[in-house]
Amino acid sequence: MYSPHTDSDIEAMLAVIGSPSLEDLVRVPDAVALRGPLEVPPGLPEIELGAKIAGYAKRNAAVGYTSFLGAGAYRHYCPPVVMSLAMRGEFLTAYTPYQAEVSQGYLQAIYEWQTYVCLLTGLDIANASVYDGATALAEGAIMAVNATGRRAVLVSSAVHPNYRAVLRTYARGLDLDVEELPVDANGATDFSNLEARLADKRFAAVIVQSPNFFGCINTPGEAARAAVRSTGTVSIGVVAEAMSLGVLATPASWGAQIAVGEAQSFGNPLAYGGPYVGFIAATKDHMRRIPGRLVGRSLDNRGNEAFTLTLQAREQHIRREKATSNICTNQAHCALVATIYLAAVGETGLRRAAVLNLERTNALAERVCAIDGYSRAFSTPVFNEVVIRVPAALGAGRVLAELERRSILGGVALDRWYPDLGDCILMNATELTTPEDIDVLCAALRDIVSVATESPAVHV
Amino acid sequence: MSEKLIFEMGRPGRANGYFPNGRMADEFVPQAALRDTLPLPDNSELDVVRHFTRLSQKTFAIDTGFYPLGSCTMKYNPRINEAMAAQPGFKDLHPFAPDHLAQGALQVMYELERALSSIFGMAAFSLNPAAGAHAELTALLIAKAYFEKKGEGKQRTTVIVPDTAHGTNPASAAMVGYKVLSLKSDDRGRVSLDAIKAVVGADTAVCMMTNPNTLGLFEDQIDAIAAAVHAAGGLMYYDGANANALMGNARPGDMGFDLMHLNLHKTFSIPHGGGGAGHGPVGVAAPLVPFLPVPVVTRDAGGAYHLQHDGEDAIGTMRSFWSNFAHAVRALTYIYANGGDGLTRVSKLAVLNANYVRALVKEFLPTPYDEACRHEFVASAADLKRETGVKALDIAKALLDRGYHAPTIYFPLLVPECLMIEPTETESKETLDGFVAALREIVETARENPQAILDAPVTTIVGRIDETRAARQPDLRWVPDRESLV
Repeated sequence: MYSPHTDSDIEAMLAVIGSPSLEDLVRVPDAVALRGPLEVPPGLPEIELGAKIAGYAKRNAAVGYTSFLGAGAYRHYCPPVVMSLAMRGEFLTAYTPYQAEVSQGYLQAIYEWQTYVCLLTGLDIANASVYDGATALAEGAIMAVNATGRRAVLVSSAVHPNYRAVLRTYARGLDLDVEELPVDANGATDFSNLEARLADKRFAAVIVQSPNFFGCINTPGEAARAAVRSTGTVSIGVVAEAMSLGVLATPASWGAQIAVGEAQSFGNPLAYGGPYVGFIAATKDHMRRIPGRLVGRSLDNRGNEAFTLTLQAREQHIRREKATSNICTNQAHCALVATIYLAAVGETGLRRAAVLNLERTNALAERVCAIDGYSRAFSTPVFNEVVIRVPAALGAGRVLAELERRSILGGVALDRWYPDLGDCILMNATELTTPEDIDVLCAALRDIVSVATESPAVHV
Repeated sequence: MSEKLIFEMGRPGRANGYFPNGRMADEFVPQAALRDTLPLPDNSELDVVRHFTRLSQKTFAIDTGFYPLGSCTMKYNPRINEAMAAQPGFKDLHPFAPDHLAQGALQVMYELERALSSIFGMAAFSLNPAAGAHAELTALLIAKAYFEKKGEGKQRTTVIVPDTAHGTNPASAAMVGYKVLSLKSDDRGRVSLDAIKAVVGADTAVCMMTNPNTLGLFEDQIDAIAAAVHAAGGLMYYDGANANALMGNARPGDMGFDLMHLNLHKTFSIPHGGGGAGHGPVGVAAPLVPFLPVPVVTRDAGGAYHLQHDGEDAIGTMRSFWSNFAHAVRALTYIYANGGDGLTRVSKLAVLNANYVRALVKEFLPTPYDEACRHEFVASAADLKRETGVKALDIAKALLDRGYHAPTIYFPLLVPECLMIEPTETESKETLDGFVAALREIVETARENPQAILDAPVTTIVGRIDETRAARQPDLRWVPDRESLV
């Protein structure tokens, strides 16, 4: 499929090459030759192919459920104009803009993305994107290690569990120690012991997320920031829900020298986990340590302003094993989607969307907690997620299963990462969560409690 | 003509009506936790449409012209793939959806994994890594975990990388703490068995190779090389960037490779999107399966699919969520469009196109290593430079003037003034003839009037860019006041 060759083309081309056959061109030594056919079904004409693949899409019943799932991947409204522009073939089918003279459009879009990330995080510089929020964190930690020469990092247990898992995977490769800062009774990072732990200057970085994994808006206070500063530790701020930056204080304002995170929320679909778009921003003293592509503005030989990939001496194709990272491909197209989204919604739209997230999530929490047996696990203010403690007699698993029977995805049970939070569900609401969705959820939760009370052995 | 930055357009309050005007943030969050300003521009939707449409028009892409960028496999990106990935059943599926409500998505991942394993002769693949370099890192972490489990972790410290390898290979090795031993190619442009035998030993962890290599040459001693590395206790790694050359005709697994990655955005027709997102599955031989990153997709006896998040020996996980799933949909669509025989034909025609261009180009530009190539080949402008002053870079820029994207230049490093050309199978004979004619005309012009080529490009909207200035006076973002730049 997709090759234009006619039989006579192939004959004519083989004649020019002086080869008797296609088979002759691809022949390999007998010892390594392919034996037997591939286990791949015969090719399908497009009309049948479309129907086949559509059949798989239809077997994902979850998309028809009323959903309160968040936990690092968020359902948001994306104005149709965003995909209509991003899916233009010029953007979709370009490669990394190595030939700047014919890639000015994409280079400018990346420069605009870098600027948006700086404006949202309050930091000086940003790269062209990395794979996702978790890998952005791992790369950010490596920046701190390279900046300080220290071989350990300290990460809050309230950082997204998957991000911490990726950090540990990367750390294993580089033989870095990863230690954790505990969470207090309010769902916030416990900084009380921080000064003592940093005293021996062993840690390259302290890594804190806000809003944290529990949805809590939770930034280091002045004492914690002073301890970080005075020990020469790099402060890394994680933002797993970029939508929050529409209203919340910038990571720079709470002391982050490096901000990393996930911008999926800006126009990129959930898509069962990817592709998403990680970002890294930093103060300018980290400029030559930032991984991945950077676009800069310079001048051309006619005296015009022009964009180009720059500071490539950091990168793998120049420095090979001495590069700041091995990253080559990034998430350019996802970053483009985010850039167009931000251009379309602007300050006014982003602020309104973010406030709606606050409004709907607070409404969700209030309504759910009005039901007997349900309460908030933590009192700290939240952005668009909240931890709900369910009746202990039911447990999170049973509540979620009962909700599912009513076509509701009630959230994410926390016990798989936090055994102490066995009765807790992380629930998300965004601007797409309607008051009717909350009605449906609350009716179901009430129903579940009453059914459980009447018949404790109800089958789930 | 320059396009204003989005930040230099619009007016505060020029809002589009996407969202209702709700309550105030400080009703929910203490003022101290809120940002002071949100300095983003407000633009009308029409101005946004025009801005990004104009930017798109200033961007070369496969859709606008021939893109023979070596080692990047810039083949046509079928639009059925996009339509399939954009279906609500895939697009709106949350990664934490329960397995039994995401069976279609898990089946896509499972069937893609099985198909890749069969096509490349591996025991299993993981769809976890996001791109090629990410997959290399994953594979080396697998190797490291494997040797640690065998009690050889401390001893095996070296990764062997030929000088023709992609830059990501040594950079990935460094991220796993390995020493990189760079191996010189022989005068046939290949890794020689003798050279391998001279360096392998008890310290060898992994030998990373691509086959065909970046000169477009098949490593014809590969089975003996693999045997030598295995005899020393090391593992063989296959960099799948060039898999389009052998898909359906030969398998890395049969050549003795223990680990490999694929760039689905190269071989399997996923759009590159201006530099990502990619998708870089990692394949392994049977002894390494337990070390694959989690989650893995399993199929139970009842035919139900599951995401398995635990694995005692697993290296961990490499990313926030399971895979670049939308790309898995595109790749599976492409595989089912082609079928096994179709994929075999893809690589044959890719090799045909490369050899056809090579046969015509060698009449006017030397092509080192005078033998049939695979999916790509290199030509050298070294003689031309000596005679006329026109370099590979100048030829690249002159091609831009003639409506073609440039080949990869100055890579691999061992060929001076290198032009690395990969046409792919989706280009017609007419397109290839046009490209060769343009290249021939450039070389002829270089001999008659070199300045005309040295001045290129002249038809593009900007001329050659001052890279030194870009690096010495970094301007990496817009600021309201240009003077405040460092």
